[in-house]
Parts: sequence; C-alpha cells; structure tokens
Amino acid sequence: MLPFCFEWQWNVDHIIFFGFLYLALGIVGLGLTFTAIKTALQVFGFMRERHFD
Amino acid sequence: MDSVLIPEGVKRCSPGKFFLWTLPWLALLGWGLVSAFLCLYKGLNQTNMTNYFAFALWIVFDLSVIALGAGAFFTGFLTYLIGKKELKDIINAAVIIGFICYSGAVAMLGIDIGQPLRGWFIFWHANVHSMLTEVSFCITAYLGVLLIEYLPIILENRKIEEVKELRLFGHNLHEIMAVFAGTGTFLSFFHQGSLGGLFGVMYARPFAARGGFYIWPWTFFLFVLSAIAAGPSFTILCTKLAEKITRKRLVPDQAFQLLAKISGWLLALYMVLKIADTIAWVQGIVPKAGLTFMDFYREGPYGVWLVIAEIGIFGIIPAIILLIPKARKTEGWLIAGCLMNCTGIVLNRFVFTVVTLAIPVMPFDRFVSYLPTWQEWGISLAVIGYGFLLFSFSYRYLPVFPKEKELNTA
Amino acid sequence: MEEKHGKGPRYGMVIDLDKCTGCGTCMIACAAENNVTVRPDESDKQRNVAWMQLYKITNGKPFPETEVSYFPRPCMQCEHHTPCVSVCPATATRMDPNTGIVSQIYTRCIGCRYCMAACPYHARSFNWWDTYFPKGKGLDRYLSPEVSPRMRGVVEKCTFCHHRLMRAKTQAYAEGRRELEEGEYITACAEACPVQAITFGDLNNPNHKVSKLAKSPRAFRLLERLGTEPKVYYLSSKEWVRRMADNYLPEELEPVTKVKTG
Repeated sequence: MLPFCFEWQWNVDHIIFFGFLYLALGIVGLGLTFTAIKTALQVFGFMRERHFD
Repeated sequence: MDSVLIPEGVKRCSPGKFFLWTLPWLALLGWGLVSAFLCLYKGLNQTNMTNYFAFALWIVFDLSVIALGAGAFFTGFLTYLIGKKELKDIINAAVIIGFICYSGAVAMLGIDIGQPLRGWFIFWHANVHSMLTEVSFCITAYLGVLLIEYLPIILENRKIEEVKELRLFGHNLHEIMAVFAGTGTFLSFFHQGSLGGLFGVMYARPFAARGGFYIWPWTFFLFVLSAIAAGPSFTILCTKLAEKITRKRLVPDQAFQLLAKISGWLLALYMVLKIADTIAWVQGIVPKAGLTFMDFYREGPYGVWLVIAEIGIFGIIPAIILLIPKARKTEGWLIAGCLMNCTGIVLNRFVFTVVTLAIPVMPFDRFVSYLPTWQEWGISLAVIGYGFLLFSFSYRYLPVFPKEKELNTA
Repeated sequence: MEEKHGKGPRYGMVIDLDKCTGCGTCMIACAAENNVTVRPDESDKQRNVAWMQLYKITNGKPFPETEVSYFPRPCMQCEHHTPCVSVCPATATRMDPNTGIVSQIYTRCIGCRYCMAACPYHARSFNWWDTYFPKGKGLDRYLSPEVSPRMRGVVEKCTFCHHRLMRAKTQAYAEGRRELEEGEYITACAEACPVQAITFGDLNNPNHKVSKLAKSPRAFRLLERLGTEPKVYYLSSKEWVRRMADNYLPEELEPVTKVKTG
C-alpha cells in the first residue's frame, strides 16, 4: 500500500495504480485543506466573506 | 415541533405523520439488522450461497445500486464540469441518491465478505493486478467524495447554518465543488469499469470472459456506459417518486428532459456496443472454448429469455422511448422508459454474477440454481429502507430542491 | 505438454483413470492429512470442504454399453496466469515460482470468494461454518500440527501437501542435501491410493516418473483449451473419458452425451 511496506515493488503496475490513486486522494485532501484554511481565515476575520447566489 | 429545522418557505407534513411514514422503512432496517447480526454471529451459512454460488443476491444488489447510483457522479460531471445549469436543480437529489447507494453497498459488502474485520486487507495488502482491488479503492474513495458533496447540503440546514463557521465551511466547499466533481468522475469511471472488468477477466469462465483493450476487457467499458445510461434514469425515477409522495413539483421539467435525453442516447449507444460485443463473443471466445451459445442455456431457469429481456425488452425498447422527444415529455412514457432502462441494467448485473456461476465449465459438472434466504433479502431490502429514510430526512430538513418554493407558490 | 518453465522444480501430478477404482481413499487421506473440517451432516456437497473431490462420470450410453469412470480432482495448480491468483484482491494466494505450487494464506484471506468464481475447476472451498472437529468422535485425533487449521469465512484448497515439501526439505537440509529425491515428497493422496493411480513428482525433472507419464499418448488435462496450464495430468485409454475433460464443438468431435453425475 505504501512505498515503505515490504510488499511494495517499484514496477510499472504499482506505480501507475498507486500513482493515480494517491493523485486522486491528494486532490481531494488538498481541496478539503484549502476549504478548511479559507474558512478559518474568514472566521478569524483575515478574509472577507464572499456572498454569492 | 420541528418547524425550526424545516427549510424556509416550504411546507412539510406534521411530525406525527412523518413518524408514521418512517415506520415501514425502520421495519426494513430492523429486519436487515437482525439478518446482519445472524450472518456475523453464525457465519455465512445463513445464506444460500454455496461453493458454486460464491456471488449471489448481495453482489447483484451491490452492482445494481452502484450502477444506478452513477447518476450522482454523472450529473455532477454534467453540472460542474460541462456547465449544464438546468441540472443544478436536481444535483442535490442526485448526490443524496448516490450517497445512499454507495454507503448501502459498502455496508452490504461488510457483511458479504467472510472476514469483515479483515476488509482493510484489500487496501493494505493490495494486489494491483486484481480488478477487485481497483473497485474497492475507487468505491471507498468515491464514497468519501460523495460525503464531501453531501456535506454542504447538510450544512445548509436552517439551524446549522446559523453557526457561522459551519455556514462558511459549507459555502467554501460548494465553491470548489468542481474539483470534487472532477475527482469523483475519475474515480467513478474506474470503479464502474472495474466492476465490469471483474467478470471480463475471468478467462476460465467462457460465459463471462471477454476480449478487450490492453488490460481492460470490453465489459469494463460496457459497464461504465450502462451505468451512465441508467444513473440519470434512476435519478429521474427517485425524484418523480418523491414528487408523487410529497404531492409537490420539486424540479423544473427542463432538468428531467435533459437527463432523459442524455440517458436515451447513452442507452442507445450502449445497446449498439452491447449487441456488437455479444456477437463478437459468440463468434470468438465461445467456440474457442469449445462451446456454442446454446450450451450456456441448456437447462435451468436462466434461459435465453434473459438475453431477450436484457437486450430486447429492457434495452432497445427503453432506448427508443427515451429517444423520442414526445415520449420523454409524456410523464407516463418517461417513467416507463426510465424504469425499463434501470431494470435492464439490473438484469445485466444479474446475468454477469448469478448466471455466470450457474453455468458449469467442466463438461461433467452440473447447472445449479439459487434462491436467496430471508437473511439475504433482509440485508438487501434494508438498503432500500435506509435509502427511503435518509432521503426522507434530507427532504424534510434540508434544502434539497432549490426550485421547490418557486414551483409550489403558483 | 512439456513443463519447462523456470529452472526449478514444477511439482505436478499424473492420475491414471484406467486404474482409479473410485474408492475415495484419496479424499479421506487428504482430509485427514490437511485438517479438513467436517459437518455433522456432510451430504450437502455444495457447501462441504473437499480439497480432493471425486467425480463419477459415465459415457451416457444405455446398457450394455454403459461405462463409468472416476475422476479425482485436486487443485490443478494452474501455471499460466493462474485464474485465482490474478483476481485475489488481498494477495492471499500466490503461485510460488520456485515450486509451481499455488498457496493460500488463510490469515490474510478476507473471504470475498472472487477466486472461487474465477476457478473453473471448483477446486476452492469456502468455510461457511466454523471448523468442526468434534471431540470424542475420533476426528480430533487425526489433526496434524503441520497444517494450520482454517477459520470461518476463508477459502481453502489443495496445496499439494505443501507441508510435506517443507518436511522433506528440512530432512534433506539436515542431511546436507539441497535436492530432493523422487518419492521424498509426495502428497497424501498419492501415498494413500491403493492402486497407485496417482503419481506425484517434479514435472521438470526428466527422471521423475511423473514427467515421463505426462508425455504419454494417454495423457490429457482438464479444460486444456482455456489455457490455464494445469499441472495435473490424467491418463486414460478411453476416448470418451478424454472427451469429457474438455468442451468440444459438435463438428470437432463426435459428441459424447453430456450426462448429470451421481
């Protein structure tokens, strides 16, 4: 699962499969982190709240 | 009593009536919980699964709800990435339906595997060559994405919205929803496809095996296509059902028409490719294994009628219905078309799981048939009960349908 | 039909169907050797555990031309793109490239049963119940400490008595040898068969009997056309038996009546 596990092999199959997986999870994680930080900044007044429809 | 929780400007039935409404679904859930307890406590002998029928009702249900729940990712793709504005009125419902389908499927899978506590081994000791690994990773990740898409809707509840931090978080999430929709589309494409790949790669089961493109058998692409063809139809059905039960109009007709049109075209494309694939399989893989088409339907209840039903009655006919604009605009035909479309996809999933296993490969082996036990039905129907409950609570307390107020003040 | 994959041994089996009497000793020996669970009522043959399964086949002709044969079926230990290995999501099964034996890690198996769906030979059994070795009825007396028992909810199958390979290797190493001689490692079924219908050994070693028998004109394999490359060969001088081992189109061979087995 992780590159540090003994079962991990640095071959094409592992790299492609886990590459795409971690990419997808990474994007989701980044999105959540970005949202959390933006919310925190707005709550503490460092950023203006944008109103939209 | 709970009027402070109900969205502004809309009417909901009394709490007492709502409680009565939840009772049958709670009963289904209760039946499911008893069944789940028995299966976990006594083992999978509580089912009618055998060494021949390793996959049975639960897998059929899993595959079906995941295919039908594809409306969530596909509507999200169309709304946030393609920019179809009219679908904004139905995307919330689609997300909730998707969430119900996927969380129900994952819960059912937890009971289905022989050692549920070891479920995480699929992730920790992943075999990258197995289609099932791919399915597990993508479904789990996508369930997370669905939760993220569901969250803003929950945070828009009247009372929860009063908390500034939660309101801001919900709004900010909504602003970058395209990112999650895009990732969801990517994950969904792969797991819908890999669910098809599960069967196509079984080269030692000529009934299910297919040729393909590189490592992906044709069933990979056919399953994605059939999922995005049936998903929007299922979204339409569920929303129409909600309209019937609540006796309100919830979504402008444009959204239904667009989804139905897309569903129709995708189903028609799927039918062409499915028929081509079936012909290629009958002429390629089947004789190579020393079999004929009729060898698969020699005996037992799973006869040729299944092919006629899946491709003819519940495939070509709904495609035609949904392609004709006049039929789409007539509610009766629209619902019939969507219902038949969804039935066809469920049949397709059934054929690939149960019928594949019923057919012997060794010449001296026998055909077997299977009927589920009440415990299996309990768990499967519990997903439906859970679905009705979650959707009902969401409809009652969350602004699921943006145009509800507008459509019902006339 | 030669097995020349890799430089190491490729353990395989040849079962002479002309000799097999259908006595079932191979099934019993296997179950006793490998701590196979039983149920109080074993009559449901779709849910019991049988690593070695004996099938009865007949040519379907009426008396006096009726012929019957018995077909012991262990795990085929498929060599090429092993169907069960490629589909297991948790890497709980693996074909050992050094011996050719397909192993099963019981403690890793999550019981998803995908391997059972993929195997065309029905070589894999699932533990639908907890294991049952009732005390006081003698069944607990045959339990072997060399074979790990399985728990409910995992898949198991014939392992070519892999523990016997371990035992033989340990013995050889203790004697300062690296190579195993023919007969040092044989499976329980091969050892128990009263008519010596089952021969076991290294298919890659031209001196081993199994290697020579596999090249016999009477030799064939089960479902050969699928391309699984099984390491279990069968011998039969009867044409109808050979035809029952695979599917044939009507124009390929004269059709044998497909019959239900007993």
